[in-house]
Amino acid sequence: MSDRFLPVLAGHAEGSEVAPPTTPRNVPYRDGTPNPSVDALRAKFGEAVQRADVVWNETTVFVDKARVGEVIQWLHGEPSQRYDYLVDVTAVEYRDLDRPIEVVWHLRSLPYRRFLRVKALLFKGQPLVVPSVWAIYKSADWMERECYDMFGIRFEGHPDLRRILMWEQYKEGFPLRKDFPLRGRFSRSEQLRQILALNPEAKYSMEELTVLEAYDELSLEQRQRLRAGEKVGE
Amino acid sequence: MATKTRTVEVDLSTTGLDAQGRPQRVPLATDEAGNLVPINAAPAVEPELEGEHMLINIGPQHPATHGVLRLVLELDGETVVRCVPHIGYLHCGFEKIGEYRQYNQIIPWTDREDYLNSPGNNVAFALGAERLFGIEITERCKVLRVIASELSRLISHCVWLGTFCIDIGAFTPFLWIFQQRERVYTMLESWIGARLTTTLTRVGGMGADIPDGWTEDLANFVRTFPKVLDECSTMLTKNAIWVGRTVGLGAMSAEEAVNYGLSGPMLRASGVAYDVRKDFPYLDYETYDFDVPVGQAGDVYDRYLVRMEEMRQSIRILEQALKRLPDGPVNVDDPRVILPPKSKATSDMESMIHHFKQVMEGPRPPIGEAYVAVESPKGEKGYYMVSDGTSKPVRWRIRPPSFVNLSAIPKMVEGHLLSDVIAINASIDIVMGEIDR
Repeated sequence: MSDRFLPVLAGHAEGSEVAPPTTPRNVPYRDGTPNPSVDALRAKFGEAVQRADVVWNETTVFVDKARVGEVIQWLHGEPSQRYDYLVDVTAVEYRDLDRPIEVVWHLRSLPYRRFLRVKALLFKGQPLVVPSVWAIYKSADWMERECYDMFGIRFEGHPDLRRILMWEQYKEGFPLRKDFPLRGRFSRSEQLRQILALNPEAKYSMEELTVLEAYDELSLEQRQRLRAGEKVGE
Repeated sequence: MATKTRTVEVDLSTTGLDAQGRPQRVPLATDEAGNLVPINAAPAVEPELEGEHMLINIGPQHPATHGVLRLVLELDGETVVRCVPHIGYLHCGFEKIGEYRQYNQIIPWTDREDYLNSPGNNVAFALGAERLFGIEITERCKVLRVIASELSRLISHCVWLGTFCIDIGAFTPFLWIFQQRERVYTMLESWIGARLTTTLTRVGGMGADIPDGWTEDLANFVRTFPKVLDECSTMLTKNAIWVGRTVGLGAMSAEEAVNYGLSGPMLRASGVAYDVRKDFPYLDYETYDFDVPVGQAGDVYDRYLVRMEEMRQSIRILEQALKRLPDGPVNVDDPRVILPPKSKATSDMESMIHHFKQVMEGPRPPIGEAYVAVESPKGEKGYYMVSDGTSKPVRWRIRPPSFVNLSAIPKMVEGHLLSDVIAINASIDIVMGEIDR
């Protein structure tokens, strides 16, 4: 090891109460010990902390979406918490489309070696807006842009919220939403799937489905448009 | 052949020579009659160029951008005033595809995101899925995964070193280090059958145990690789050109680096000793004896030193892993995720049904979610998986370290020269497959 480097022992946590970290073994499913920050959050914010889950020893705190910026600001600045590292900002939409979309912040406290997941619920039918944490963590810049790009969630206060992975003129929606088909909304396979889902043969006889018959059923205006050379479909 | 000397007389008043006889550049123009005439009325000072910024576009098809990165630079002379990166040219929707795949079927996709670190990604994904299933893997599997992770760290750093050298203008270390990379790929090939896209792990174990005699190959590699590393280091570390091209570039202070979410060698070069292997250990990394190199200035040169030292530490870990590699099964004995042996699946009815259901329906983890991070060569790579009890994840999120590291590039390049943008970009060690996913 060259002299230029300072040898660093396992971990660099401050405070004597932090035990040296070890690989988690036999992680319990639901009965893990919650992150001590949850109690501190409850004491500080009361009702804004809606629920806390511990799954596989990872603590999830559900926070009122209006106050999530305030909560994360406090977690970042409070000397007893010091969540100084924003790991990730993302969202989860469930296959059950009635369930709310969850915006997820993964926070890490490097000094205390803690990991906390903060979630805010965005109910369907309401605007998908949460406060941005860009002013607290500069790393949130691209993460929030990606989350907006993929889910359409607007982060209020972000300085430059535009698409990042898809191109800026992309108009087909938000790819990671569950109502967005795997191969894209205007792919041939998706159009075929939609037509087959309509099941035209159950409603019309094959004679009715022929082109000529269909032409007769068109309105006068539609026939004129067709004769004028307007292209239909592809 | 005899050389003849001769004296040429020059007239001092000749246009084009000054009083000392040195050639002088005389700008010419044509007058109205078409004759060439010197322009003597040169401006006393150069015109002010302030406010005339130039926009330059680098990429997406440019070898020095390490993939399909596009940088739009606003230049004042040669100094970068503003940098706007554009990404997404390689976006394939891995996370969307993952929602339509069973857990074991996602592992091949993890090969292809950070394709220089395929074994490490496979290990990371398997760890995440095992957390979701609540599986404890066997001791032998743990050590094999450590070996895979460290080998992939070596591969990735080898590619980084070679391309970084080429970007700065040194060609030789590229050839030396790529030969070593080739050796690792040959070892991986004899282990799993593939070189680049390894798909090394499965949920609950490995795709294959190491073949006979493989440990001797690895021991041989571990013995000889540091020599090549030292040779490269000799070529570069004290090289005046190298030092001149790297020192003081793109420096990030420790607070900035944490705030910008940098991870891996980028963060450690800035002086923050955060290594997932030490701070949030997995695969029993806390029982291995290795050091975390930490830089001081956080510039390109420190990143180079940190990565070089990391390779030496990886070799140390590999040595210890070779010593402790235990015998025993590789895969867990858990019928939820592991297929029955092929011989039983073709002879025993229950095993056949089990095999069929495993393959067709896939293992189902309980409802829950897990975020598992590992220390990839680029930084903290995390997989966040959400399960709703079915055999396919509701959400599979990749936390890409390159993506977050690259997002700090406007901060790093502003105020530096255009040619330094290439060095700074190379020092981030980006892989566009991971950034765009």
